[in-house]
Amino acid sequence: MGLTLEKLLIEIDGFSIAGDLTVATGRRVALIGPSGAGKSTLAAAIAGFIAPARGRILWEGRDITALPPGDRPLTLLFQDHNLFPHMSVADNVALGLRPSLRLSAAEGARVDRVLDRVGLAGQGAKRPGALSGGQQSRAALARVLLRDRPLLLLDEPFAALGPALKAEMLALVEEIATEAGLTVLMITHDPADAERLAQETILVADGRAAPPVATGDLFADPPPALRAYLG
Amino acid sequence: MARRAQPLSPALALGWGAAALLLALTLGTILAVAWRAEAAARLGAADWAAIRFTAWQALLSAAISVALAIPAARALARRRFRGRGVLITLLGAPFILPVIVAVLGLLAVFGRAGLVSGLIAPLGLGPLSIYGLQGVVLANVFFNLPLATRLILQGWHAIPAEHFRLAAQLGMGPAEIARHLERPMLRAVVPGAFAAIFLICITSFAVALTLGGGPRATTVELAIYQAFRFDFDLGRAALLALVQFGLCAIAAAAALIVAVPVAFGAGLDRTVQRWDAGGRAYRWGDAALLTLVAGFLLLPLAMVAAGGLAALPGLPASVFEAALRSLAVALASTALTLGLGIALASAIVRLRDRPRRAGFLEAVGYLSIAASPMVIGTGLFILLFPVADPVALALPVTALVNAAMSLPFALRALIPAIRDVSETYGRLSESLGIGGWTRFRLVTLPRIRRPLGFAAGLSAALSMGDLGVIALFADPDQATLPLQLYRLMAAYRMEDATGAALLLLCLSLALFWIFDRGGRVGTDT
Amino acid sequence: MKPISILAAGCSLALAGAAAAQDTPTLTVYTYDSFVTEWGPGPQVEAAFEETCGCDLEFVAAGDGAALLARVRLEGARSDADVVLGLDTNLMAAAAETGLFAPHGLDAPAFDLPVTWDDPTFLPYDWGYFAFVYDETRIGDAPGSFRELIADEDLKVVIQDPRSSTPGLGLLLWVKHAYGDEAGTIWEALAPRILTVTKGWSEAYGMFLEGEADMALSYTTSPAYHLIAEEDPTKAAALFEEGHYMQVEVAGKLAGTDQPELADAFLTFMTSDRFQSVIPTTNWMYPAVTPDSGLPKGFETLATPDKALLFPPEEAAAIRDAALNEWRDALSR
Repeated sequence: MGLTLEKLLIEIDGFSIAGDLTVATGRRVALIGPSGAGKSTLAAAIAGFIAPARGRILWEGRDITALPPGDRPLTLLFQDHNLFPHMSVADNVALGLRPSLRLSAAEGARVDRVLDRVGLAGQGAKRPGALSGGQQSRAALARVLLRDRPLLLLDEPFAALGPALKAEMLALVEEIATEAGLTVLMITHDPADAERLAQETILVADGRAAPPVATGDLFADPPPALRAYLG
Repeated sequence: MARRAQPLSPALALGWGAAALLLALTLGTILAVAWRAEAAARLGAADWAAIRFTAWQALLSAAISVALAIPAARALARRRFRGRGVLITLLGAPFILPVIVAVLGLLAVFGRAGLVSGLIAPLGLGPLSIYGLQGVVLANVFFNLPLATRLILQGWHAIPAEHFRLAAQLGMGPAEIARHLERPMLRAVVPGAFAAIFLICITSFAVALTLGGGPRATTVELAIYQAFRFDFDLGRAALLALVQFGLCAIAAAAALIVAVPVAFGAGLDRTVQRWDAGGRAYRWGDAALLTLVAGFLLLPLAMVAAGGLAALPGLPASVFEAALRSLAVALASTALTLGLGIALASAIVRLRDRPRRAGFLEAVGYLSIAASPMVIGTGLFILLFPVADPVALALPVTALVNAAMSLPFALRALIPAIRDVSETYGRLSESLGIGGWTRFRLVTLPRIRRPLGFAAGLSAALSMGDLGVIALFADPDQATLPLQLYRLMAAYRMEDATGAALLLLCLSLALFWIFDRGGRVGTDT
Repeated sequence: MKPISILAAGCSLALAGAAAAQDTPTLTVYTYDSFVTEWGPGPQVEAAFEETCGCDLEFVAAGDGAALLARVRLEGARSDADVVLGLDTNLMAAAAETGLFAPHGLDAPAFDLPVTWDDPTFLPYDWGYFAFVYDETRIGDAPGSFRELIADEDLKVVIQDPRSSTPGLGLLLWVKHAYGDEAGTIWEALAPRILTVTKGWSEAYGMFLEGEADMALSYTTSPAYHLIAEEDPTKAAALFEEGHYMQVEVAGKLAGTDQPELADAFLTFMTSDRFQSVIPTTNWMYPAVTPDSGLPKGFETLATPDKALLFPPEEAAAIRDAALNEWRDALSR
């Protein structure tokens, strides 16, 4: 069942993107396409920040089109601003557990554990500004673990990282997704990212998100739109 | 990267020149008054009582204005509705109204014969008596709640939209957003807003006197007036003016210590999409609050308008001539404000490596908020009289003083905007070799249009409504609209005066709207 | 006939203009603001005097009477002013003390004042009684004394601050004159009747007209404006049995004038019919010398006090500060 976009149409200021597809539970899927094609718009609609003009969004058969962003069964990592700069790293992570930040001792310990899990042991008291870019991404991923939502949307959160660091992060995502059984939807403009992480890939081009196909097959025989993008 | 040593560039020279002019206008005029004093000055017990009352009413007025402005700004920040922009513009109206007009409007609503007294009379209550400290505070809140709301609303708009997005994703409700996003912002913004309103209330005079109910409500500004007019004790007037500056300096310093610096945008119509507080209780709560605030601020204006409408067509020609003169003064004053403001703000931004000098320039720019119009006018008179005919200079001097009076508000909008442009595009401009006037014209000016439009609108409207120093200088044929309004009242022509008040209100609002709008049209950010 | 006279007037104007371009002397008269507005006496006075003086009369306005004196003091001996018009008996002592004014040296006419006038420096041009003005449709039975005002718990009056307003100072001296050492007690008893104290006359009178206050401190001549200009007979001044304090408005010649003859001519003109007949319906005060034509119709309806109260200028100046402290202490309780 997984995530279904049912005859979905999003329109903003004359720009539109349509999609009619299903992503199976537990799959890791890349969204690839030229910039401006509507990848981020699609992710924002799935996460509940933009109301679609038509169609429905379903998770495991349940209609989530009208749910407020915080109630959806997903976590979206943005390109930037994933952490509040005026709060400590631990507080930023703990928000995933309890937005009020009134934590029990056991919950505090869980925060420490996920920080440990992503390699940020002992860094909790720092402000995000004191962390490196890679460490900030780790903090955001730690919160994903705490939020414990079955669907993870990645809107190029690692775009600003160097190649080695990005590879490290994608590996961490893969580990976490596997451990927690997450379905992953990753926006990228880099075919290498898709090939590294995603079993399937959705091509977003010409105002339409195509149904997912196996990543290897797609790049082996790219359709014309993808060929134009890859150059 | 080694910054080139900058000798006194034209931009810096302009900044220092503007500062020198402002120093002459504020502290220089006090010196001039003191210099003409015939005896050593001494403050009496009554003066100290006035100082205490002044500080107390300003403290109370600022506290209540800010306390009301926080929920009002929050409601405006998280709601989008038809007419929101118009409402925000209209809510600014009390701030630019001549005191006497506002007081009569307030009395028409809250006075003994006012609307509220009429409403509660059938219940066997009333009539309402607002005279006393409560009246002073009511009027000060009426004047300053709009400013407080605007300043705090800017704080809300300075929270990045992405933070609200992240908060929505994390399922934060209004309480959590208040705790994690809004409270830190308020901590940064409120001290400044509080200090600004405290300073404005320090120099209030006619309000305190009319609604204060008696000599208990004597402010420092009235004591200055008394020293000039009743006792002709120039030394005491100068000393009191210095005390007034001292009070303001303490307030400003306290605000600086308490506040955490935060960058403001000047845009006011930006609405961030919000996903919290969608519940019916919150929606109705915000709607009720905004209705109350709008009622409090707009009903007195509506009463002024209703009273003036009938008199408007029959106004004597001299009122319209005065209106044209005021318009010209307001436009000249606006040009001066922008000139002084840009010169000072550019110099302050350029001096980022010399924080002391930048701080000094900024402080000079804000000085006029603590200045006594009476002292400025008299001091200027003393300075000008030996060299020129003060009467011939009445209108230019009025424009200059009005410009200085609105400069603090312009600086508040311009400094962050120019700093932002410099930080974002400074290196790009330098690498392209764009400098000086070209850089200002091609890079800075287009990117500060919105705060510039806002500053121009505020300056024009304030100048339009301010009696300023014209009353000390004017000859019979040079009345501005506010002066003409007072003249009508002094000639028993109350109805014509209300007509003139309505005209003044409309012109002030129109000026503000046109400039503010002009700054926004065609901007792409 | 008419076209010819217009033509003649036009010619004489043109001639006057040509003459002015050469060396018509200018007489500079400092006065308060409301004197020179289109509703005040200024325009008519200027036109009438210029008809005969062969000069250019220039009014310079400065706020109110107190502001006027402050301005003259600031300018000192270098002042351009030849004549200062608009001081009153409460400011006269301070004005004389500056030494800036010269004796008028004129044969003063017989003034129609309730008091005798023999000041060598200042000449009066109009006068009035301070009084509480009320609306007969709102108050049936106006108080007949300060004590009755104190006793009438339903009444609210607005007064002006003596530190910033001429009528305010007038009331201060009124109570002092009527009650002497008891003045403080009277003020304390009056306090609950006083709705508020305003900066100037306009605010107080405006509040009265808007119905906010039952009475405002003004002049016995105020109802004449409403009667004559607005045909509204409902405004009246309450007559107090203690008597009413007076305001006498005066003018004086500056010692440093460069036009002493013109200044003398103006002061003489000031007490003449042409000037005096303008006063009642522009300044809404009694003329210092009743014109031959008498007072305008309507003035006969005004309340006239039995007893006029006035401190001589020196005494007014001497007791002013103590009376002010008394007032402030009583109203600050």
